[in-house]
Amino acid sequence: MTEQTVHDVQPAVVKPVGGAVPRRRAWLAGLVGPLALLGESWMAAAGAALVAFWVLVALLAPVLAPYPPTQQLGAMINAPPLTPVPEGTAIMEFTDQGVQRTPVEGMYLLGGDAIGRDVLSRLIYGARSVLIYAPLATAFAYAIGILMGLVAGYRRGWIDDVLSRISDLILAFPVLVLYVVIITVMDRSALNIVLAVTFASAPGIMRIVRGLVLDLRNRDYVAAAQTRGESAWYIMFVEILPNARGPLIVDACLRLGYTTITIGVLGFLGLGLPPPDPNWGNMIAENRGAALTSPHSTLFPCIAISSLVLGLNMLADGLREISLKD
Amino acid sequence: MAAAAPGPRPDERPDGPVLEIEHLCISYFTRAGEVPAVIDFSLTVDRGEAVGLVGESGCGKSTVAMGIMRHLGANGRIVGGTIRFRGRDMATLSPEELRQVRGAQIAMVYQEPMAALNPSMTIGAQLAEVPLYHEPGCTEAEARARAVAMLADVKLADPERLMAAYPHQVSGGQQQRVVIAMALLSKPALLLLDEPTTALDVTVEAGIVELIGEIARRSGTAMLYISHNLGLILDTCDRVCVMYSGEAAEEGTIDDVFGRPRHPYTRGLFGCLAVPGRDKNARPLVPIRGQLPMPYERPQGCNFGPRCDHFQAGRCDAGPIPMLAVAPARGHRARCVRWDEIDWERHRTEAPPLEPLAPGEVVLAARNMQKYYPVHDRSVAAIVSGRAVRHVKANEDLTFEARARQTVAIVGESGCGKSTFAKVLMGLEQATDGALVFNGEDIATRPVQRRSTAQVGALQMVFQNPNDTLNPSMTVGQQIGRVVRKLGAERERRRVEARVLHLLDLVKLPRAFVSRRPRQLSGGQKQRVGIARAFAGNPAVVVADEPVSALDVSVQAAITGLLMDMQRQSDTTLLFISHDLGVVRYLADRVVVMYLGRIMEQGTTAEVFAPPYHPYTEALLSAVPIADTRVKRKRIILEGALPSVLDPPRGCPFHTRCPRKLGLVCEETAPPMQRTKSGHALFCHIPLDELSAMDPVIRTAAE
Repeated sequence: MTEQTVHDVQPAVVKPVGGAVPRRRAWLAGLVGPLALLGESWMAAAGAALVAFWVLVALLAPVLAPYPPTQQLGAMINAPPLTPVPEGTAIMEFTDQGVQRTPVEGMYLLGGDAIGRDVLSRLIYGARSVLIYAPLATAFAYAIGILMGLVAGYRRGWIDDVLSRISDLILAFPVLVLYVVIITVMDRSALNIVLAVTFASAPGIMRIVRGLVLDLRNRDYVAAAQTRGESAWYIMFVEILPNARGPLIVDACLRLGYTTITIGVLGFLGLGLPPPDPNWGNMIAENRGAALTSPHSTLFPCIAISSLVLGLNMLADGLREISLKD
Repeated sequence: MAAAAPGPRPDERPDGPVLEIEHLCISYFTRAGEVPAVIDFSLTVDRGEAVGLVGESGCGKSTVAMGIMRHLGANGRIVGGTIRFRGRDMATLSPEELRQVRGAQIAMVYQEPMAALNPSMTIGAQLAEVPLYHEPGCTEAEARARAVAMLADVKLADPERLMAAYPHQVSGGQQQRVVIAMALLSKPALLLLDEPTTALDVTVEAGIVELIGEIARRSGTAMLYISHNLGLILDTCDRVCVMYSGEAAEEGTIDDVFGRPRHPYTRGLFGCLAVPGRDKNARPLVPIRGQLPMPYERPQGCNFGPRCDHFQAGRCDAGPIPMLAVAPARGHRARCVRWDEIDWERHRTEAPPLEPLAPGEVVLAARNMQKYYPVHDRSVAAIVSGRAVRHVKANEDLTFEARARQTVAIVGESGCGKSTFAKVLMGLEQATDGALVFNGEDIATRPVQRRSTAQVGALQMVFQNPNDTLNPSMTVGQQIGRVVRKLGAERERRRVEARVLHLLDLVKLPRAFVSRRPRQLSGGQKQRVGIARAFAGNPAVVVADEPVSALDVSVQAAITGLLMDMQRQSDTTLLFISHDLGVVRYLADRVVVMYLGRIMEQGTTAEVFAPPYHPYTEALLSAVPIADTRVKRKRIILEGALPSVLDPPRGCPFHTRCPRKLGLVCEETAPPMQRTKSGHALFCHIPLDELSAMDPVIRTAAE
């Protein structure tokens, strides 16, 4: 019995003709690709926006800041926000031609600090400090941490034991004591920041990298490289490291935030960059005395630090979220 | 067979088919849009019937199983069709009713037994959970008693002791038996098995397969057996459905589909299988040309069209092809509009036979090679007692030879030491004793860093896992180019590039792949790049460590063919490590059988696969499923588990599981080597003439 049962019910899903699901075109991949990826997580987008805001502020500081960050006006000492500069105020400069009077006008939008400088302008220029030194210090810490982690994770054996114990030692050391030790040995400078941050961060980075390397060294492509006689350095830096970049990127965002806080703390303690450098930590330290009577001069730098660190944390969380999505 | 759960509901039909799937469509909704995984799939499973669902990776068979259980994850959805379980449409079930059905009436056994068991609960506790949850009137004592009875039913020794054990304390095969026991405890009407034996060794797999068949027969449970292994389906099922790219391609009884396939894909699949009768020179395998289509790029009309030899434009790509009944068999259907027009007998795609390669002189010789790994026990007790260092005896007394242009296969299950041997050969480990002579020099204790570039380049490896074999951060061209430069085949940039392109041509990959990254390649393509990389330095010996185990059947045929081509091209010796005896029989000239670090048998392929057999080889041969209805196999099931390599048994290592054990002599004395006149060597106490009088394990119907 021949039965031709033709299913008269069409399949519910019409088979998509080739290309119905759009694929990423090559030209998208360059810049718009990563940006579009960011849009998938609102947290990543918000974090990226916050960080981008401060980066822009730092880049455009000379244009945005209404006053020079070190200009002191006696009349504006501890002035509350939105205080206009009084009529007739002028900066007096003693030159060979005599006294030069440059009138100053406008308004201190966020008020004046303990010696009469514009908080807003210092905030804007302070972004530059943070956004130069935090990434620099973090990059240096990463260089050391990655080197230690790669060697410890790949070589194993006694090198791993020694490096791990060194990093445990540094991690166990109280960080503030470390900072004080650094400052008694050296003067205040940018180098302090880099050293302090490296000491505080490198062991943590080393642990992360070591963990990733312990997993990656068992892959077949590493064995393939070994069986063709590649040197250990080549395998560590060319075969293994590029494949560890995912978790490291997320960690880097977080660590930039921690470094920003560290710079703030260093400034507050009187370490780090010397005055009159307008960095946020310094601002909080200098205006500590007036904190109860004129809170604006310490509040705004706090908000600035918090917003930047929050932005970095959100970016890190969002990136992790995106990487877990399909 | 009544379920122990409450009696049938008013809308159930307990006498009808257990499962009816009609025009099922499942799609995944990803970042890239809707990806249809299953299209227009229909299947019926009757009471007590075992139906096999066969297909390659990406065909949608696991998705169907998940769809039946309604467990599709966050982004999968059933977008069309119905699934009726015992007459009830499962889409109409509330979550509470669904929970009652799952586990109690439909049970599922997954691929990884360790992942299916809770590592922090004892086996007894997990087993007792099943009746306690699904049957409100069951007491704890009753649940426990049933669990013990079920463990005995699945042929586990000492069920009482197992009840108190944790999953990590038992072996993989035992774990899978426990999972099956858990599935059967609630007396389900339907048992779904998703590749239950893929993660297990061949001899263990044979035991599980026999168990499943027996239990299904006894209890009348219907079974849906999902696998990519056609031989297994032949052994266990009554009916089979072949899937291709989300659709059912052919469906029918085992005899119909295996004996008289009527879909070009099914035909092509059988042509790729290394069944007895296939020979690499006289009757080579015929791979299916082309590639599996991507889920969002399926062709119009027949999914298989672009790869089909009988494709007719206008008919095969006009619109969706329905399943048509294949006369005269009842229940045999194929999704091909031309099934009755094609002259199946005449259109047998066969490849032209090839000239066998003549072996040359000896290039590699292992002489009493030994590799022990020290295991340091740092506990105080061990140091005090003086036994602080024990040895894992990974390789013991290996002696064999490989000649130029020959293919030597090293066969054994997990734990037999074949991967360790490969590592010593490649210089990643050093032997503790013995010699390994390569081109006149002993390299057994020479690590790869101390070998000359010529030696390194002459000995290369193809790895097992295609997903791990390439560095994900580098392009294909960069990786092959690096090997070419490093092994000194070419120096100048232009010549290196030319060589890379030439290698891509040899492995039959388009030249455009030079700038692609591994994540843009399929498993088979990645393995081809791995092979290109291995041959980049003109090696004299290539060690292939299970190069095709992780690939689909049709891709396996293509890759084995490629290895053979490369071998012919460059006069290379191929050292093929595998546990798959079917592929070994097809490919190898000589076979070395290993068990627990020792060689049990070695000889030419014809000698090893015919009597006299070593008892282990006999059991191994009987365990390998063969997808040919004309072949009859002797059934030998090995009892017990693999002994520990830390403490191998004295005497013959196989005596704990040997079905032909003689007695005390096997336990105490190491077996002597017995040689036949042609050089076939066996390590067994049983005299050679008795071994020669054994029945052959595999018999084709013609004999």
